[in-house]
Amino acid sequence: MFVLTSLKKFDIPVQAACINPDVFEGKTLKQIAELPITEGSLQLTLCDLFKIEETPDGTSNITLNGDISKVKRIGQGMTKGEITINGDVGMHTGEKMVGGKITINGNAGGWTGSQLRGGTIEIHGDGGDYLASPYRGSETGMRGGLILVDGSIGTDSACYMHGGVIKVKGNAGRFLGYHMSKGTIYIEKNCEYRLAPCMTGGKIVISGVLDEVMPTFTVDGVKGKVKIDAEQTAQGPFYVFLGDLAEHGTGKLFVSKPSNPQLGPIYDKYL
Amino acid sequence: MTELLIKNGFVFDPINKINGEKMDIAIKDGKIVAAVNEKTAEIIDASGLTVMPGAVDIHTHIAGGEVNTGRILRPEDHVKDVERKTAITRSGVGYSIPSTFTTGYRYSKMGYTTVMNPSMAPLEAKHTHEELNDIPMVDKATYPLLGDWWFVLEYLSKDKIEECARHIAWMLSTTKGYAIKIVNPGGLESWGFGGNVHSIDDQVPNFCITPREIVRGLAKVNKLLNLPHSIHLHTNNLGLPGNYSTTLDTMKALEDIYTGDKPVCHITHLQFSSFAGDGWGNMKSAADEISKYINNHNHMTFDMGQVIFSETTTMTADGPFEFTLYQLSGHKWVNADVETETSGGIIPMHYKRTSAVNAIQWSIGLELALLITDPWKIFMTTDHPNGGPFFAYPKIMAWLTSRKARMAMLKKCHKKAQKRSLLPSIDRELSLYELAIVTRAGQAKALGLPNKGHLGVGADGDVAIYNINPETLDISKKFRTARRAFGNAAYTIKDGEILVKDGEIVKTASGRTMWLDVNTAEPCVVDEDMKRRFREYWTVEYDNYPVFDHCVKVPEKITVKASV
Repeated sequence: MFVLTSLKKFDIPVQAACINPDVFEGKTLKQIAELPITEGSLQLTLCDLFKIEETPDGTSNITLNGDISKVKRIGQGMTKGEITINGDVGMHTGEKMVGGKITINGNAGGWTGSQLRGGTIEIHGDGGDYLASPYRGSETGMRGGLILVDGSIGTDSACYMHGGVIKVKGNAGRFLGYHMSKGTIYIEKNCEYRLAPCMTGGKIVISGVLDEVMPTFTVDGVKGKVKIDAEQTAQGPFYVFLGDLAEHGTGKLFVSKPSNPQLGPIYDKYL
Repeated sequence: MTELLIKNGFVFDPINKINGEKMDIAIKDGKIVAAVNEKTAEIIDASGLTVMPGAVDIHTHIAGGEVNTGRILRPEDHVKDVERKTAITRSGVGYSIPSTFTTGYRYSKMGYTTVMNPSMAPLEAKHTHEELNDIPMVDKATYPLLGDWWFVLEYLSKDKIEECARHIAWMLSTTKGYAIKIVNPGGLESWGFGGNVHSIDDQVPNFCITPREIVRGLAKVNKLLNLPHSIHLHTNNLGLPGNYSTTLDTMKALEDIYTGDKPVCHITHLQFSSFAGDGWGNMKSAADEISKYINNHNHMTFDMGQVIFSETTTMTADGPFEFTLYQLSGHKWVNADVETETSGGIIPMHYKRTSAVNAIQWSIGLELALLITDPWKIFMTTDHPNGGPFFAYPKIMAWLTSRKARMAMLKKCHKKAQKRSLLPSIDRELSLYELAIVTRAGQAKALGLPNKGHLGVGADGDVAIYNINPETLDISKKFRTARRAFGNAAYTIKDGEILVKDGEIVKTASGRTMWLDVNTAEPCVVDEDMKRRFREYWTVEYDNYPVFDHCVKVPEKITVKASV
């Protein structure tokens, strides 16, 4: 196992795609110290910015300490192993990750788990904007894996999601699940307006308050409980909405009935 | 200027009928000359290498309104293909819609020295020229879209061919264009009203004219004006199953205009116009019917519009076709009605081997290129970026020159496409000589560029040298080696200067922008009525409409004397 501690407080972004168990595997401490990394426009090596220590347990797992809130792309494309981040972390953590686990004991930056294929990301703080969303313009979103967030997530999360599960214990921002076509999102608290525009499939469960449902969704019924995954079931009752009809979508929104009395006068008459 | 001597290369120069002879090529002051002083000239030892004229691309969307909108639409296309700045070159992004500088560099690395931007809405002419100014390394020109231009439709509907010719002469110099481009004639005007035309005899709303009359009229105009290139036509019903009959009708409609000297029309991206069947389910190749007709007639030239299996962006002035693609794919899209001039559409596209339709399209392009026996009639393009990005050309070269290469790809394709493909029955493999025709000589000849596409005395000093020894390397068997060599020219020489060496750029140069100054006996009538219309129907006033001389960085004015 390797322990990396930042040597200073970074003022400008650091691109650190090399901090990845796949890259570290089979390398000596010296080789790891010489991995390329950029700070702003400066081409540096890993040991210029981090103190690197090895604990002999034979794995290439990584623990990061210190100020890394401006360090980006940690664990990009990783396929195995574990990364533990103690503190806030920068953007694009676990981008295009295929397997393994990333634990963030702090807040995550934007685009965490962007285009995730597999593996698990656990965020014990807030999730940031664009969680699991693809690069701007891209239509390839999250395809698999699991993201767990203890705090809240920002806007435009889970865009173009096409598989996997996202569970959030806090709130969610606007445009959650934009163009989503498959997979499951569970928000235990509130969600802002403009939920799942252009959704064509998959399901989103909101246990808290959702002020309004987009007019392109139609109410389909009420359901007592919803299965999130093999381990968890959300207790309702929930309004079930289908949409987005503007895209001929068959996505499902489950919106808590007790938390949203304002929806009753609008939708109850259609049930 | 320096003198340059390319010694002992195997020269392939089809216009001068040189087929692989070992000879020297001398360049002085940017032009090919008979000999230079060996003692003072810079010498390139080309022994064991293939020497060809600089390649020419007759149809590639590299600049203009729709290209730039495509760039804006697709940030995800750029992020996967980033070019770093070097001591010589500028940074850029690439893939299906590369940035301007990257476009020039990538063409040059493949030995290209002349490229033609085929679709420019006249309203976007200034923008197009600004982008062309920024494309280094290659000479270029652009074709204004005139097939649905209101004045043209009016003149032609009244059968005023001579007035129309004068007007087009004025338009070509106003937009600094090179040829008459026609896209889905009549269809774009109909698209302004939400419609389209579905055969060459459908009426265009409000103009009392049919696509047949537009194409024939403009072909006659082209002849009257003595333009170097023929009309450049994107056929009606493009990209729809069963459209080959429309293509055949269009070709037949132009037979009587041909007088035996120059082709009267160039049908571009023929692959997209050669679909048989009556729906996507039973869509199949009509390459057989189309090539039979073409083999028996000489009045037209064509280019392939080959499909490459990759992710790309389609962009064309054919708005209704792009709408059809949107309905099929559901991707993000852009569609526009460019005032009174034309329309436009852009949509991302992923050509997949596993899709029957895409695989059949791939097969059609190659079938056409191989079944049309005369290589001077059909040229190699991908209709960049519609069929695939231009830097995939080496792949097409391999498929054309090696049966082994194309059969290897066919085996990976959708089963239905394999069954319906004619490729297994075609044994033809293009020789290096024929390849030189389809990639440079034929294209230069069709474009009427007397100084391009050959290595005779007086030609521009544009030379491409590839690391292929025709004596020892059988390109039909070692197609991967050939593909690498075509993708990374050993040398690209432009106007007598070495720009690329071993696939790396060693020097940059600004190419020239060619444009036509057509001299008519009487000038085009620009009266108050015309200016009024510009004021009323265009967002740009008549006085601000022309592309001024200072808008073109390195202009090359080609003066043409019209017979009207």
